[in-house]
Amino acid sequence: MLLIRCPWCGPRDETEFRYGGEAHLARPADPQSLDDAAWAAHLFMRNNPKGWFRERWVHAAGCRRWFNAERHTVTHEIRRTYKPGEI
Amino acid sequence: MTAFRLPQGGTIDRSKPLNFTFDGKPLRGFEGDTLASALLANDVYLVGRSFKYHRPRGILSAGVEETNALVAVGEGGRLDTNSRATTLEIFDGLAARSLNHWPSLRFDVSAVNNLFCDLLVAGFYYKTFMRPRALWQSLYEPLIRRMAGIGEAPREPDPDRYDKRHRHCDVLVVGGGRSGRRAALEAAREGSRVVLCDEGRVEALPGVDVLPRTTVFGYYDDNFLCAVQREARLWHFRARHVVLATGAHERPLVFGENDKPGVMLAGAVETYLRRYAVAPGRRVVVFTNNDTGHKRAAAFRNFGLEVAAIVDSRQGDVVTRALGRRRVSGVEVNRNRRIDCDLVAMAGGWSPVVHLYSQAQGRLRWDENKLCFVPDGCRQDVRVVGRANGDFGDDYAIGPLWEVQADKAFVDFQSDVTARDVRLAAREGFASVEHFKRYTTTGMSPDQGKTSNVNALAILANATARSIGETGTTTFRAPYTPVRYGVLAGRDLGEFLDPVRITPMHDWHASRGAVFENVGQWKRPWYYGSDMHDAVQSEALAVRQSLGVLDASTLGRIDIQGRDAGEFLDRIYTGTFSSLGVGRSRYGLMCREDGMVFDDGVTTRLGERHFHMTTTTGGAARVLDWLEEWLQTEWPELEVYCTSVTEQWATVAIAGPKARALLAALAPGLPLDADAFPFLSMREAKVAGIEARVSRISFTGELSFEVNVPGRHGLALWEAVMDAGAKHGIRPYGTETMHLLRAEKGFIIVGQETDGTVTPYDLGLGRMVQAKKDFIGKRSLSRPEPRRAERKQLVGLLPEDPREVLPEGAQITEVDVPLPRRHGSRPVPMIGHVSSSYMSPNLGRSFALALVRRGRSSIGRDVFVPLEARAARARIVEPVFVDLEGARQRG
Repeated sequence: MLLIRCPWCGPRDETEFRYGGEAHLARPADPQSLDDAAWAAHLFMRNNPKGWFRERWVHAAGCRRWFNAERHTVTHEIRRTYKPGEI
Repeated sequence: MTAFRLPQGGTIDRSKPLNFTFDGKPLRGFEGDTLASALLANDVYLVGRSFKYHRPRGILSAGVEETNALVAVGEGGRLDTNSRATTLEIFDGLAARSLNHWPSLRFDVSAVNNLFCDLLVAGFYYKTFMRPRALWQSLYEPLIRRMAGIGEAPREPDPDRYDKRHRHCDVLVVGGGRSGRRAALEAAREGSRVVLCDEGRVEALPGVDVLPRTTVFGYYDDNFLCAVQREARLWHFRARHVVLATGAHERPLVFGENDKPGVMLAGAVETYLRRYAVAPGRRVVVFTNNDTGHKRAAAFRNFGLEVAAIVDSRQGDVVTRALGRRRVSGVEVNRNRRIDCDLVAMAGGWSPVVHLYSQAQGRLRWDENKLCFVPDGCRQDVRVVGRANGDFGDDYAIGPLWEVQADKAFVDFQSDVTARDVRLAAREGFASVEHFKRYTTTGMSPDQGKTSNVNALAILANATARSIGETGTTTFRAPYTPVRYGVLAGRDLGEFLDPVRITPMHDWHASRGAVFENVGQWKRPWYYGSDMHDAVQSEALAVRQSLGVLDASTLGRIDIQGRDAGEFLDRIYTGTFSSLGVGRSRYGLMCREDGMVFDDGVTTRLGERHFHMTTTTGGAARVLDWLEEWLQTEWPELEVYCTSVTEQWATVAIAGPKARALLAALAPGLPLDADAFPFLSMREAKVAGIEARVSRISFTGELSFEVNVPGRHGLALWEAVMDAGAKHGIRPYGTETMHLLRAEKGFIIVGQETDGTVTPYDLGLGRMVQAKKDFIGKRSLSRPEPRRAERKQLVGLLPEDPREVLPEGAQITEVDVPLPRRHGSRPVPMIGHVSSSYMSPNLGRSFALALVRRGRSSIGRDVFVPLEARAARARIVEPVFVDLEGARQRG
């Protein structure tokens, strides 16, 4: 079980968290201005790298806050977690 | 008699004799004995039958790697059919039974399989039982299952209580042998918090928390390890640093009939002599490919055993076959010489116990000198010491001997895999170690191949002309040893696993004969009375004709406050809420970003910056998570705070033509006429003397008020409503009646009329999709697809037979379908399904809601609902059956 460092609560067991998929995908400011293909790309297309990946997590059974993590998809190593808005 | 107890020695307590039985036969052992040592002390050599050929099998080892001596202990819910005799400590009254034989261990009729050994080769099941296919379910599978099982699962629940504990430590040492103890002491001296686990009884160490009889069975990410203590307690460890001192397992040697009782691992023989003072035989032949065998032979002599021969393959000698009928009576050496003995001790070299290391994603390397896999680097903070690291001492020399080619030379005893099976699999192309494993079932038995895997890999490597390192190992997976489900579950059973939520009025409902329905974790009254049909019919009539009352306390409630609350709700709901007047309510529909309906409910504006949202009973947590996700990750600039207040409120929904009269009696100061208190508005007032929020909301289509009071007053309010309603013939009604009444009005239930593929347009709720603002799902809904006429759309159905209640979930076809269907007949296109279906006392007939392709343009047409023996005919109608204009709820 991973040990995940919540930026607010510190290191906690993985079971306290829920996964939220790829991070840093901003919702388009004006979705209506996108054509169907661009909107579909925003909705459905995700990166799936072998290696370091920036992804969203929420401390669901804790402070209920969302944050981002850099995780290695092969080793599961999490080298960094950071608050939304940080880069 | 050949095996016997030595007159002295061992760590057993001879002052404490213990009585136990094996297959009903009374036997005696001592405190400190395992079942295996006690059986050997009683010269019981036959302990089970093998899995496939039902060959007689004896005790092979003295530890967790045991592959033959699995026994059943306990009765009923305490039945354990997978207990290893070599680790099971005996106690007074223990009743153990052997497995896998019928009718008795000595005379097993299935042992005829042994005669057909040549037929039951690797992949036999796949090759033989393929055709005819129809026979698979009816004949082959039950037959194979009966023949092949190892023991039988208990049929009753386990009555025992199991425990779970969590422990954080600086250093976790696995294994209490010499290396493990040294590592633990060193760490403790440096001031670390140290825990040491060992499978057996292990002495205390200063400054170390020693857990005896504790098997670490799983090694997961970030140094999280699980252990089971005395098969009763589950430990969860999170360690800064892990030391694996898990030792090594001795390998058997592969030669003819090497599975005969009396053929044992040499180290195990010494363990029985040393620890349990049991001699498993009198005259022993040692068969070895390394120096260990010679040391063992010397030890055996010290204990008084006669060593008939040491057969060392490095000198060109091999045991080609074990002789004897039910147990060993001698060996054949080099195919030409017979040596009499009653015990064969195999020393096939050592395999470090790298299971946990491999589970931790540690890499393994094949060591060409020591002929074993050794640890070779791991990302986790772990150190491997002692024999687990391949440290067998400087004088350890081994020569390869992986197989003495012979008939019935077993590699995996538990799965009955022979060396010939391994070569056959290689010839048939199963060269990849993972394919090979599955095809031959090598290493897939409860022992997980602890003694067999390396021999199998070596033979596979030879057969495919590769090195063992190139061939590689299969994945080591948790658990290292079998773990009971009871241990994993611990106390997380029943209510402790899934809490039960009840409303403040629960006991009242129960005492009035309510039958409860589970809605998420909630218990909701389903109907009141013994007969569901009668109860629902009279409850539903009462609501439409005079007065009914529903406990609606389970509705999800979210308090939403902040400067941008209105703007936020505009983005969340398809409709507009920022324009809602204070004290007014509006029905809202939430979609996901793909435009599909996600939840619905009524939201009320309590103040300029304050809203009260209701959600479906089952969706409350999901919706709150949804709101938080958008607020935190997409719109942090919005100042909005969401708080779950579901538990804070109790809600009594009063519905029916007499609702206003009832409320007037309970809330004398509250103006109730339609102008002063219109539909979809909220008033604060005292109801039955309790401060309340009263909402004019209707889920039944009747004149209806929902009275919300703080949860602790719920029962008082309910009882006051029941008292005041008595003269109107008030009826409490349950969720079934609620569903029926709302269906008569065509109101949807999220999750019943929707399934994640339904848009607002499909539900006929397109008017709720606001064109002027952006909201979640809007972009997807502005494509042509969600409005396409060919989609499944919500309609009503009236069965031709007014007494016929169509099953919910039934499929709908355009044409009549001849039933029953014959095998191979052409499929009939399905154009929809029944989503809700009831017998209505108000309509005097059955009706249903359904989602049907082109449903909106098919009003008035007939469709068919195929049932088991015939298809029911039904007419598509508008999905509103009562009060089409909605005058009653507004009245």
